[in-house]
Order: sequence, then structure tokens, then C-alpha cells
Amino acid sequence: MSQAELILAFESSCDETSVAVIKNGNEILSNIIATQINSHKRFGGVVPEVASRHHVEQITTVVDMALKEAGVDYDQLDAVAVTYGPGLVGALLIGVTAAKAIAFAHDLPLIPINHMAGHIYAARFVKPLQYPLLALVVSGGHTELVYMPAAGEFEIIGDTRDDAAGEAYDKIGRVLNIPYPAGKEVDRLAHLGQDTFHFPRAMAASDDLDFSFSGLKSAFINTVHHADQIGEQLSREDLAASFQAAVVDVLVEKTLHALQAYPVAQLVVAGGVAANQGLREALTAALATSAPAVELIVPPLRLCGDNAAMIGACAHIELAKKHFADERLNADPGLNFAHA
Amino acid sequence: MYTLAMDTSNQAMSVAVMHDTTLMAETTINHKKTHSEQLLPTIKTLLAAAELRPQQLDRIVVADGPGSYTGIRIAVTTAKTLAYTLQKTLVGVSSLAVLAAGVTGTKALIVPVMDARRQNVFAGGYQWIDDTLTNVIADAHLPLTQLLKEVQVLKQPVIFVGADVVKFAPDIRATLGAQAGFADALSAYPQARRLAVLGQHAKPVSVFDFVPRYLRLTEAESTWLQTHHDEGHEPYVEKV
Ligand SMILES: [Zn+2]
Repeated sequence: MSQAELILAFESSCDETSVAVIKNGNEILSNIIATQINSHKRFGGVVPEVASRHHVEQITTVVDMALKEAGVDYDQLDAVAVTYGPGLVGALLIGVTAAKAIAFAHDLPLIPINHMAGHIYAARFVKPLQYPLLALVVSGGHTELVYMPAAGEFEIIGDTRDDAAGEAYDKIGRVLNIPYPAGKEVDRLAHLGQDTFHFPRAMAASDDLDFSFSGLKSAFINTVHHADQIGEQLSREDLAASFQAAVVDVLVEKTLHALQAYPVAQLVVAGGVAANQGLREALTAALATSAPAVELIVPPLRLCGDNAAMIGACAHIELAKKHFADERLNADPGLNFAHA
Repeated sequence: MYTLAMDTSNQAMSVAVMHDTTLMAETTINHKKTHSEQLLPTIKTLLAAAELRPQQLDRIVVADGPGSYTGIRIAVTTAKTLAYTLQKTLVGVSSLAVLAAGVTGTKALIVPVMDARRQNVFAGGYQWIDDTLTNVIADAHLPLTQLLKEVQVLKQPVIFVGADVVKFAPDIRATLGAQAGFADALSAYPQARRLAVLGQHAKPVSVFDFVPRYLRLTEAESTWLQTHHDEGHEPYVEKV
């Protein structure tokens, strides 16, 4: 085949409606993202029913923009891909339903994609991936260490036992009166402060690769409440810096452990929290001293959050394997990788 | 004119393919399986049975609510995406009108009712006038007691229809007595062929702006609106 492979990809698992056209699995012809953040800000977090309503309202407009920006017509497409889980069921259903309708109308193969696999494949837009590789996926809903023995194969080797890292950011953000989503602002404040509170590094001593952030979250909240009660004013910058230092320490330490147990040439950091500067800096520094042979790949900011380009990149692998679904495809909100 | 019509507003799903006012194929399924799993396979089967390719359709008609929020979104998303991608005419019809259209041969006021929980209903009033189903009481989300009062003052025969009517029958009889009649149980299922005909006369809508007729804000939004204004805000959805 001399012709380029083109995939129309859909993502609607949470509060972004996104459609992309991806060429050969590594080139973005278009990647339209309609974000609902301004809507959910009103409620301090994503309200599933509100998210679903926005997705229906946006979906055809976003598809149309993606096709027009790419300058691609249906007869040039090789497949339609869509996130079918994990995520909010009502939100996922809009992308799944629209993708199925387009695949059916134009007789195109339909490729179901795991959202977390998509996050990892955002790295494919940076450079070719070498297997086996290790991925640290950190977002509002997930904190996972994923081992990939080969393209399109995923094993969870470390997982969060309670809150996801991004969730912990949003919860302590609420205590600091930072509007949802709090990650970016906490990251900014953290760079202006010092780690003076020395919050607990949960699970840092244990040998497994699992994470836990609820102890840290409680310690943070208790510290702030205690200060409120005795009328003491704490530095927001130092609080943010101390919280972020604890999160980053745990993420880095577990990742280094994982690299010892699973020797790989590349480490991919993916998901919304991969946009965090503190995490990027700490991982870069840690790899330089502890695992200089391992190459760190972090997708550009726009591809760290939810977007359809990453779904299209992952679909390129699945298309080669002919992993197709039919018109019965349903959303699977609890979809997960298998544990190693 | 080839019309594809679909209704997934409640538990029963109905899909039909029509040629003008002639029915070519229709399926109604009322068995616990998700609409997401069965709607498109059914459309595919019916088009094959009618020996039509999707491109041959002229008009796509969808029951756009009220009903189960997830349910109406499945049909609305399917219809709006098909109409957009095939460049066909899109039409939305009230899911309550579809139920009313199943009650024929009467001049009485037809009141389709769906349970909206906590003694609230989605309901409207319809009447056959010159062989055309006409909306005489706008679809609304309201307390059952208020609906019954509004109907009572009209002092004319009423026929209630819908799967949830059985549950409300004692209340309906208590308020309306002999004024109230009830459609037979089989009329409680939507019939897509009737939806298709209603849609043949309805005004086309935009394949981009079209959204379900929820008739009700989300709980989060109504709570928020008690203490906030919904004006002059940044767009809730932004392309970034
Ligand atoms: Zn995500």
C-alpha cells in the first residue's frame, strides 16, 4: 500500500469531546478538542449528566471540524476508532454511538480503544516506541504503572489503592480554594514555595509498586484545619510545594523500583498529571542519576490531557492486528488492563 | 421518500423504515438489553430487509425525548450523526407525541405520561384534529397532581397512555373519575412507523445544534442556579 493510512478517532470518556484524523499512527492531521471545564467549574468537579449533555450537543460539530481541518473525506479513511472505556458511561456512550454510526454509514472497520492505552500512545507523536517499555499513567482517575512487553500489550504492575494522583490534587485544591481542576495552579504555587511540612510519603517504604494518596490528603487537610482552628495563617505556596513534593517523591520512587524490576529502554509518562512541571523535572533528574540508560518520553502538554489524537495513534496498532468491533459495541466504564 | 425512524426513549426500542407512508420494515424490542447494543444492529437489519443502503435514505426521524436521559441520547446521537454523515434531513419528534399517535380513532384528549419519579411526570396533551395529531398541552415535567388539575378543568374525555399509567391509575381515577379513560396496554409501546409519519410533516433541524428534549435541568444545574446567574459567563464548552 503506497497510500497513507488514515484513522478517524473519537474520545468522549470524561469532559472533553474530541475527534482527530491521524495519518500512519504518528501524524496529526487534526485533533479538535471541545473542553467542558468552564461548565464543570461551576460544580467543583465533573457532573456526569452535564458532561453527557455537552457531548451530544458538540459531537457532530467536532467531527465536522476534524474532517475539514484534515481535508479528508470518508472514502480516504481506513477505519474509525473510539474510546469505549474506562470513563463515565454516559459520556463514553456518545463517542461510541457516533463512531459506530459513522463506521456503519461508510462501511468502515470500527476499532475499540482503551482510554489508558490511548494515553500511553500519545508518546508515539514524540518518537517511535521500543518494546518492552514502561509507562507511568497519572490522571484525575488513574495512577498506574504499566508494563508493555510488545505493541498493544499492557500489564498493570502498580496501581493506586485509593485516590488517583489527580484526584488528590483536586481535593487539596478545594481546601486551598483553588477552582477545579486544581492541578495547574497547585503546580504553579508549588514552584513558589518550599517543602516545609514534610507530609508522609505513603507506601514509599514498601516493596510493591502500588500507590496510595489518601494518607497524604488527610495529613494535608488536618494541617490546614488545625491552623485554621488556632488562627494561624499558613503559606499556600509552602503547602502546595510540600504536597507536590510528597506526590512526586512517591511517583518517582515507585517508578524507579519498577524500572529495576522491569528493565526497559523507554519510560513513557502519560495522562493529565504528566503536564505537571514538578513531576517532569523530578523524573528527569531521577533518571539522570539512577537510570541514565532509560529514555524519558513525555508527550507535549496538549496531548497529555484527554484528546482523540492519542486514540488514533493507539488504533494504528489495533488496525494492524485487525482488532475490530461490530455495531453492538457498548461502553465499558470499568474497562481495565489486566494485572501482571 | 425513504424514512428511517427510531425511538429509544424508554425501555422499549422501536425502529422502522418507511417508503412514504408505506411501512417496509419495523422492529420493536422490549427486553432488557441496552439500546447502545441493539439500536445500530437493528437499523442494519431493517435496512437490509428493505434492501436499502444507508445512502438511499432521505430523512431520519428520532424521538428526542422526554424519557430516560441515556436512552434519548442513544437515539439522538445515532440519528444526528447518521443525518450529518450521510447528509440527510434530520427531524426530531416528541417521544410523548409518538405514544399519543398510537391511540387512534378518537376525538378525546390524549395524554401520554412517563414517570419522572418523586410523583412527577413527563406529560403532554394531544388531539386528532382533521386527521392530524395536534399538540394542545405542551410537553412538560410537572407534578402528577398539577397535570390532573390542568386536565380536569378542560371538562372533556381524556385517554391516558404510557407504560407508567398503570402505576398512576388510582390517582388519575380519584381526581378525574369518569372523565378518564385508559389506552390498552399494547399502546404503551412506541411504534416507530407512527414516529416516521409524524416526522414526515415535521420541520427539519440542524444536524449540529440538535439536542434532546430533556424538559428538565440536571440537578447540579438547578441547585447551582439557586445561588448563581446564568448570564455573561464564558462559553461552557470551548474548542481549545
Ligand atoms: Zn484520560
